[in-house]
Amino acid sequence: MKEKNKVFWKGVEELHNEPEFIKNNLNEFPASVLAKDEASDESAPDRRDFLKLVGFSVAAATLAACEAPVKKAIPYLNKPEEIEPGIANWYATTFAEGGDYASILVKTREGRPIKIEGNKLSSVTGGATSARVQASVLSLYDTERLKGVQSAGKASSWEVADAAIVDRLSKISQEGGAIRIVSSTILSPTTLKAIAEFKAKYPTTEHVVYDAISSSAISKANAASFGKAVIPSYRFDKADTIVSFGADFLCTWGAGDYSADFAKTRKLSKNKKTMSRLYAFESNLSLTGSNADFRAPIKLSQEGLFVAELYNRLTSARINTEAVKNDILDKAVIDLLASKGKSIVVSGSNDVNVQILINEINLALGNYGTTINLNSPVNYRLGDDEKMNQFVDDLKGGKVAAVIFYAANPAYDHPKAEDIKAGLKQTKLSISFADRADETASLVEYITPDHHYLESWNDAEPKAGFYSLAQPTISPLFKTRQAQESLLKWSGNNTDYYTYLKNNWGSSILNGGSWDKALHDGVYESGVASVESAVSSTFNTSAVAENISKVYTSASKGIDLKLYEKVGIGSGVQANNPWLQELPDPISKATWDNYLAVSKKYADDNKLKEGDLVEIKVGNKKLAKAVPVLIQPGQAPGTASLALGYGREKAGKVGTGVGANAFALATIQDGLVQYSAFNVTITPTGGFSQIAQTQTHHTIMNRPIIQDATLKEYKANPAAGRFFPTVTTPDGKVAPAKVDIWKDQHVQPNHKWGMSIDLNTCLGCGACVIACQAENNVPVVGKKEVINRREMHWIRIDRYYSSAAEPKETGVYFKGEGDLELPDQTENLEVTFQPMMCQHCNHAPCESVCPVAATTHSTEGLNQMTYNRCVGTRYCANNCPYKVRRFNWFKYFDNGEVFDKNTSMNTALGRMVLNPDVTVRSRGVMEKCSMCVQRIQEGKLTAKKEKRKVKDGEINVACAAACATGAITFGDQNDPESQVSLENDDLNKERAYAVLEELNVQPNIFYLTKIRNTQA
Amino acid sequence: MHVTSSVRPPLVTGGKKYEDVTQDICKQVEGAPSTAWKIAFTFSLVILFYGGYCLWTTWYEGIGMWGLNKTIGWSWDITNFVWWVGIGHAGTLISAILLLFRQKWRTSINRAAEAMTIFAVLCAATFIIAHMGRPWLGYWVLPLPNAFGSLWVNFNSALMWDVFAISTYFTVSLVFWYVGLIPDFATIRERATGIRRKIYGALSFNWDGSAKTWSRYEAVSLVLAGVSTPLVLSVHTIVSMDFATSIIPGWHTTIFPPYFVAGAIFSGFAMVLTLMLVTRVLYNLEDYITIEHIESMNKVILTTGSIVGVAYLTEFFIAWYSGVYYEAFAFQNRAFGPYWWAYASMMTCNVITPQLFWFRKVRRSLMWTFILSIIVNIGMWFERFVIICTSLHRDFLPSSWAMFSPTMYDVGDYLFTFGFFFTCFLLFAKYFPVINMAEVKAIIKSSSEHKK
Repeated sequence: MKEKNKVFWKGVEELHNEPEFIKNNLNEFPASVLAKDEASDESAPDRRDFLKLVGFSVAAATLAACEAPVKKAIPYLNKPEEIEPGIANWYATTFAEGGDYASILVKTREGRPIKIEGNKLSSVTGGATSARVQASVLSLYDTERLKGVQSAGKASSWEVADAAIVDRLSKISQEGGAIRIVSSTILSPTTLKAIAEFKAKYPTTEHVVYDAISSSAISKANAASFGKAVIPSYRFDKADTIVSFGADFLCTWGAGDYSADFAKTRKLSKNKKTMSRLYAFESNLSLTGSNADFRAPIKLSQEGLFVAELYNRLTSARINTEAVKNDILDKAVIDLLASKGKSIVVSGSNDVNVQILINEINLALGNYGTTINLNSPVNYRLGDDEKMNQFVDDLKGGKVAAVIFYAANPAYDHPKAEDIKAGLKQTKLSISFADRADETASLVEYITPDHHYLESWNDAEPKAGFYSLAQPTISPLFKTRQAQESLLKWSGNNTDYYTYLKNNWGSSILNGGSWDKALHDGVYESGVASVESAVSSTFNTSAVAENISKVYTSASKGIDLKLYEKVGIGSGVQANNPWLQELPDPISKATWDNYLAVSKKYADDNKLKEGDLVEIKVGNKKLAKAVPVLIQPGQAPGTASLALGYGREKAGKVGTGVGANAFALATIQDGLVQYSAFNVTITPTGGFSQIAQTQTHHTIMNRPIIQDATLKEYKANPAAGRFFPTVTTPDGKVAPAKVDIWKDQHVQPNHKWGMSIDLNTCLGCGACVIACQAENNVPVVGKKEVINRREMHWIRIDRYYSSAAEPKETGVYFKGEGDLELPDQTENLEVTFQPMMCQHCNHAPCESVCPVAATTHSTEGLNQMTYNRCVGTRYCANNCPYKVRRFNWFKYFDNGEVFDKNTSMNTALGRMVLNPDVTVRSRGVMEKCSMCVQRIQEGKLTAKKEKRKVKDGEINVACAAACATGAITFGDQNDPESQVSLENDDLNKERAYAVLEELNVQPNIFYLTKIRNTQA
Repeated sequence: MHVTSSVRPPLVTGGKKYEDVTQDICKQVEGAPSTAWKIAFTFSLVILFYGGYCLWTTWYEGIGMWGLNKTIGWSWDITNFVWWVGIGHAGTLISAILLLFRQKWRTSINRAAEAMTIFAVLCAATFIIAHMGRPWLGYWVLPLPNAFGSLWVNFNSALMWDVFAISTYFTVSLVFWYVGLIPDFATIRERATGIRRKIYGALSFNWDGSAKTWSRYEAVSLVLAGVSTPLVLSVHTIVSMDFATSIIPGWHTTIFPPYFVAGAIFSGFAMVLTLMLVTRVLYNLEDYITIEHIESMNKVILTTGSIVGVAYLTEFFIAWYSGVYYEAFAFQNRAFGPYWWAYASMMTCNVITPQLFWFRKVRRSLMWTFILSIIVNIGMWFERFVIICTSLHRDFLPSSWAMFSPTMYDVGDYLFTFGFFFTCFLLFAKYFPVINMAEVKAIIKSSSEHKK
């Protein structure tokens, strides 16, 4: 076979095997194809780049054509300079609701106001905030606020409404028709200026001011006595003896916040062993009465006689009234005479004659110029009942052509609400600035809703010469308009309110001061409270005596009714705020309701049980709804009391229908609104409605949970009242802390956070509860769940009643284990408040029992809860001796279908109030006080960034920050200089005790014994 | 001296032969279900479905469906859990301890008692899962390797010990029970045809009946008995530590372990009696479960009931003697507080009525035994309720004192476990041999009379 010897070649280069060919042959792709043209511009696209671009473009175009989900979160196109995600901005502004006032700082996160703190720069409030102020941030996000202007119940536009209103106002004004602006107390001088401008434009306008809860009698009495129709400022911090006749000045009386001043006189330490002494003569057990050293339950129908008796006993002059006898009054007389010029006598009565007597008493005691200052009056209550009555009569008589309601809801909160409702139909034009179609606004033609105060520019002058500014903390959520701007617009002044306000301040307030600084500080204080010169009064003895005798008698056998204000709901303006509805009443611990508080004797005599429904009639006025009865220890026999601010009909889904409207039972006598009524008729209906209370056992069972003593005992022995438990060991009796199986388990080398809670200055108001709720995203659970005992508050205020202990029994506990039942005898009732939250035990019983280690101890002494890890066995809650753990029984964060009142979690708008630094807890996990760990972390991080140690006072927990009286001190116990260490280890070392010390759980929270000034 | 012990009465009466035993037991498995069984099964299913609805709602909506609150974190859930675990104890005691003590009378009742144990433990486990706020994460209580870093369970927690105790207990009981069933399944297999033969054959693991197999069977039984014996004591000891290791007055009591074990055996025997008295009549097993059996069991009830009674009194004495006020108050509150009726029910049912068993007539009366066995279990339920709920409802701080009242879901979830228990038990009674044939056959000729 012949071998094939043929050679195949592609070209001559291969045939000859030229070196060039061999070299090139090794590369599969010739360089000419691969490499870009060396000479060409590097950035110019070549063929491959072109193909890539084509491919990408086609793919991108295709993808872009697909519908992308719409994201509602719109990023800032240009990031505002001041907004840094994750970092809070604080703005100083002013809370004013009617005459209620607070200078505040608002914390905003990513543009949303989420928390309110007091402004310490204000010398009027001193940084105090009440529960209502704390809760007002939630009212901003109320979905039931009107979203725009309304005309005859239908949505309209501002342009149309403005044109129509101006047109009709002009017509009415030309015809000489009366125009009335009805408002509650207006603290803002610039608003008053705007109203004046409106008046100038429409000369038939009159401004009628009234307060839902009136203090008219005080200014009238001052007018009568001293020729000054004002409410003076009081200096409770300078008083050694305070006597209150039904004036709940620690709660809501006169809207002034006097609790901080009062608490200064109650603060004790090794350097200050003196205390003021507070006497309370009252019918219902008020916050003031419960903090009194001596409290006499008296009938309202004798209140005037008691005041007159005090007057007679203190002065040489006498007025001729029926004499009354009372041991506590005798004591008060002695103390008042001993502390002349350093005492205050106040009365909550809206009876001019009583207030005149109070003036005379204070005058006789020389209190004007020391504790009471008429030259520096407060503006909290400027309402004039008589003027309001005149307006109601005019309205009813068809004499009012146009009416504008501003921050006023008289169809709900005026005793003549029915007349107002009827009269409104006869007006030609009615306008309301209300934020919702409330009881009054729903009857008017135009609702031109005002901004929420957190959306507004404004100012306030709570006290002559003390100004503060309000600035918006968020853009208006809805198409609302500031009321002042509306008034200006209708007056033909098209200036926006900000400019108007700034101009007004520049021209008449600042006197050359810096606007920017005033805005930054929130306050501008120009006025120096002038000292009172010697005051003389005019006093018509016989007329007062006659009037007192006419009204008050000790012969009355009927039941007296007191209408009072609760610390949470107040006059009912914020009734649609679920935080406030669920805030337990400081005394009764009831939520979501008002009720008729009666004495135990009355209930027994009439066979009434707690929760039995009764109808109440005052003369011919009847309460619209039956209310349940609550047996209130300390309620004076022959009296009953009912809270105002409930029974809203058009407040919104939260507030509507809660309780009954007690304003309907207020009467008008001699032109003034009276909140007490004599000889009321109480008829059981046979029905029953359970009152939702967060505490149902009321005595301390003689356990050393509250450790108390009298001032005398304390002076003799600072540790008076203390209980020192011991444990018996082979080496004898030792303190529980000496017996330990843990052996250095928990070391806290850096910080050891802790608190000191002074039972002496805790007045029980509950501001801390709301502050905690706002800070820590605590859900609201509703009446039914409170009845089921499932409220979620991380901090609660335990309130215990006791009969006054025998002096020799101070410090003796467990004797006979105390009373299971409430004492029947109420004369000597003592009340103690104890804020209770997680005690952050160093030997925490909850930590050792959790099967999944979801609750653990930090190296800084915190008892931590890891929500993600919790499976919800509730073993920790069972084993907690303080019962402070709260379980998520349902998915509260999303339970709108079954319970629509948890608005801070169940409405998209409401959720804006949630604190982004705090986890919203899911169903089935345990939660509890974290000692505001998010604040601790933030403070530590700030310090770390600045390469320094955390300074004492730099970090503060929400409850302590909200406490007006400084009863709660938070800090690092490892720092001997910190305030908390000073309180617990130095100033009040002997008073500091851990609750349930005998269990040796070693809490980080210490309480200072309650010292009562019953013996000095 | 030469002593001749008296002739023991036969453990199985009626002169049964081996064949009779097979016949008597297998006929229940092989025959069509009786009307009584059908009615009972339907009833159980109805309860199961109603309870299932309640349980589902609880899981879907949350623990809030129950009547618990901020103060009382456990009530019916853990009461039921402890009650069911306690009931389970009789099975283990009968099969393990009595086996070791060569108590041959146990053979007639051990199968049903063990089945009861398993179902009761399953019922108890229902509450372990159901009482959790987030039951879908229930597996987190197991020390499983996980992706969370060094996250481990808390071995300090008594609930953790519970997890181990209950799961071990369940596993061992199940194996023990099943091993005992194997020869009997083989017996049924031999008599069956078709698909039944295949199923029972599979269930019997192809038991061949050889001497070697029997010998292994005996060895396994003995080993399992040895393993189970400590469990009888340990399981309820550990359950009691859920309470004993806490700090709540009324819970923090060192007497709990023995007292709980006695209580568990007490309630377990009562439950066995309740069930066996019914089964005995329905299945005509009077010759296998004789009055002697019943009397023996009543004696155990009397003994353990008296132990429990002494424990109750001891608790009171110690509460006073310790000088701890909170403890003293907790016990006063138990007896005279708002839940006095629960305490009175417990005392009556557990301490007073079982004393009737001192009378031989009562011990040997079927009617009395039946009534008392039910009363005992009512009493034992109240015991756990008293311990759990009345200790919690008034503890240290009077401000937090609260009351508990059950909702329909508390009741429904309890009913669910009843439905589950009886459904399982009825299925067992129908498809499994209720009496251990193999072992009963071994004791038929125990007396010398028969040997002749």
